[in-house]
Amino acid sequence: MIKLSINNVDHDLDVPPDMPLLWAVRDVLNLTGTKFGCGQALCGACTVMVDGNPTRSCQTLVGDVAGQKITTIEGVDGKVAQAVQTAWRKLDVVQCGYCQSGQIMSAIGLLTTTPKPTDADIDSAMDGNVCRCATYVRVRAAIHEAATMLG
Amino acid sequence: MLIRANTETATKAAPSRRSFLKAAGATTGALMVATHIGPNKTFAATPNDPPAPNAFVKVAADNTVTVMVKHLDMGQGITTGLATIVAEEIDADWGQMRTAFAPSDPQAYNNLFFGPIQGTGGSTSTANSWMQLRQAGAAARAMLVAAAAAEWNVPAAEITVAKGVVSHKSGKSATFGALAAKAGTMPVPAKVTLKDPKDFTLIGTRLPRLDSNDKTDGKAVYALDIRRPGMKTALVLRPPRFGGTVKSVDDKAARAVPGVVDVVTIPQGVAVVADNTWAAQRGREALVVTWDDAKAEMRSTAQMLADYKAAAEKPGIVATKEGDVDAALKKAAKVVEAEFVFPYLAHAPMEPLNCVIEMTPSGTCEIHAGSQFQTVEHATAAAILGLKMEQVKINTLWAGGSFGRRATPNADYIAEAAQILKATGSKYPVHLVQTREDDIKGGRYRPMFYHKVRAGIDEAGNPLVWSHRLVGQSFVIGTALEPMMVKNGLDHSAVEGASNMPYPVPNVLVDWHNAPSPVSTLWWRSVGHSHTAQAVEVMIDELAHAAGKDPVAYRLGLLKDHPRHRAVLELAVAKAGQDKLPAGRGRGVAVHESFSSFVAMVADVTVDKNGVKVDRVVAAVDCGIAVNPDVVRAQVEGGIGYGLGHALRNQITFTDGVVDQANFDGYEPLRMSDMPKIEVHIVPSTAAPTGIGEPGVPPIAPAVANAIFAATGKRLRSLPFDLKMLGSA
Repeated sequence: MIKLSINNVDHDLDVPPDMPLLWAVRDVLNLTGTKFGCGQALCGACTVMVDGNPTRSCQTLVGDVAGQKITTIEGVDGKVAQAVQTAWRKLDVVQCGYCQSGQIMSAIGLLTTTPKPTDADIDSAMDGNVCRCATYVRVRAAIHEAATMLG
Repeated sequence: MLIRANTETATKAAPSRRSFLKAAGATTGALMVATHIGPNKTFAATPNDPPAPNAFVKVAADNTVTVMVKHLDMGQGITTGLATIVAEEIDADWGQMRTAFAPSDPQAYNNLFFGPIQGTGGSTSTANSWMQLRQAGAAARAMLVAAAAAEWNVPAAEITVAKGVVSHKSGKSATFGALAAKAGTMPVPAKVTLKDPKDFTLIGTRLPRLDSNDKTDGKAVYALDIRRPGMKTALVLRPPRFGGTVKSVDDKAARAVPGVVDVVTIPQGVAVVADNTWAAQRGREALVVTWDDAKAEMRSTAQMLADYKAAAEKPGIVATKEGDVDAALKKAAKVVEAEFVFPYLAHAPMEPLNCVIEMTPSGTCEIHAGSQFQTVEHATAAAILGLKMEQVKINTLWAGGSFGRRATPNADYIAEAAQILKATGSKYPVHLVQTREDDIKGGRYRPMFYHKVRAGIDEAGNPLVWSHRLVGQSFVIGTALEPMMVKNGLDHSAVEGASNMPYPVPNVLVDWHNAPSPVSTLWWRSVGHSHTAQAVEVMIDELAHAAGKDPVAYRLGLLKDHPRHRAVLELAVAKAGQDKLPAGRGRGVAVHESFSSFVAMVADVTVDKNGVKVDRVVAAVDCGIAVNPDVVRAQVEGGIGYGLGHALRNQITFTDGVVDQANFDGYEPLRMSDMPKIEVHIVPSTAAPTGIGEPGVPPIAPAVANAIFAATGKRLRSLPFDLKMLGSA
């Protein structure tokens, strides 16, 4: 049994410790907002927060995060998350939407540590999040918008 | 009670067909209206008919207006667009609009441009739905007005509708919801009056996307998110070479992996079925399969290209021929010869292909998928499972991208899933999932192409001759699409954009060789235009240079008879401004028509020791009436990003028949730091809407190529750009 704390709920999971967190979240707990994109930490679609840090869940083994505080898109809250989601909606960032949970997690991570990010900060924080619809122009604008909203 | 009446309205694209309005309502307290395209018959009022299952508009007692969306929304925003068309004609408030994906039903929900097939592609969703949904919205509005007139005992002509409220000058008013039940009992108008476009209040304005909320809090449901009781996950091990088949299978180790429940061989490969994705992956890794490569593609990319070049030495199937090319090449004042190589390309949508298929207790089959060719997928699944069409149901879901990949002539991954369901005895719902490696190595690529162009100008600098030979694989020939898309041996999708270029040249020859291969290929966002625009727009730039003319003025001079090309080019150039770019930077333009829309781009690039950075792109687009201008802008922004990935680095290559790339490391998509600043300007128009999902792609590569030339004097023709050619530039 592996003890996982996800979105402030404790779970005892009967899964092998080398199962990637992504599949525990999606296939065992049915929290499907976190997406599978590449399985190799190359695209960021699976990004979740582990103790507040954006983390690629497809390359994180459940055995390594037992007891840590894990947050998925379903569980994000707080001022920064709200500003990011509001900005995303205001600018209609999404197209297919599939990568956006991951984009939003990375953006929350960026704005939490860097409240007024420059374009270069955005490049470095967001380059790991692939969007095949190429919503990047709006992702960038929405991050600046959220930063403005947060004051 | 149900009342049907007919209105004949010829649609522009399907003049031999007739539109019928039919409506049903009554007992559910809802008003439902559909425009129905069917054979030449009239619907009579038959009270015993069941409610129409093919409604496009449903007004419910809770005051919501739901538009049944017959198309796949893979990010192009068509749910928002189609809802806007209905909302405009019914005079709804945007806040009351909802959408639902229509069931698979080629009678009710066919694409009017595809004939009797429900499907999405070719940037047709808005264009084919435009009149259909305006009529549906207007008919629903008329019935709401009729209901209010009857209720209030006033003439219908005195009733107004605005923002979801029906009003009379006496002060009476009612919401749509309050009138829905009665409206459902009203006769469907034999004729509807559509709004004059100058009276549009929603179309052409910025409305919030209807999918933004669910796609920013993780609630939007894609096929990958479907969870059914007892569902198993299946991964397929496919042949490492296209055309290969299974010779033998040793599944002992795979079956021993905890969680693996079955291993079955299907025509496409060997499927491992497990309790979850992780177990299926472990099981697949443990499979030992030997393959029969007797009919497989064994070539490497270099050999394929050599074969293409050899084919290009001989005349091909003629697409366009005017004048005498050979004589004109001898007479030309200057001749530019160029070759262009375009690689195979994967679509790589963010959501790897997947679907859920199951047999219900009543013996019918249910499919959940981001289904793009519903009718093809529906019929294929039915055939594999030995079911009738009416025994199969497809639930279309949000799709995590497609770019053409999900629309296949053989139902592709849905056929695989049906084969697995059959092979496992339909014991449990099967979730067929592809990994990214399956996707990148899985074929259905944009075909590799080789172009050889010889173009010449006369003494005045005007184009005199254009000889353009293309070699590349048809993905249509040999499929069910061939009768519709191939004429006299010519697959138009291979040459579109080259065979019909807008520049007047008195001596033209465009011809094409098919290059068959077991490698499977497909339309890739903008199809033939993804390579022809690069060849044509770079060559015309070369001719301008050869003529000593400014590339913008040269194009505008040649486009005298093409006002829409001219208008987008002039607008993009005007908006880009006249800034003098410093050394090391360059500006290039391109203009291209695809899917009946016109797009021009001005690209600014910096070339230095780090390579090429596209700094800014100013685009102008004419897609007829822009139903949702902000969605149009988003599609052009996305098209630029998609095309730039192709221009800067994406390619699928082969070594001894095996794909060299596997994931987003070898096939690296455009990333945030690669993305230029983008402005999109829309030419005002009163013409009916045309496509916008694809037309943003073709002009970006040539605009950037021409900008690199302006910066360095070097022509990068082939894609992706070979930056080594820039040397120390």
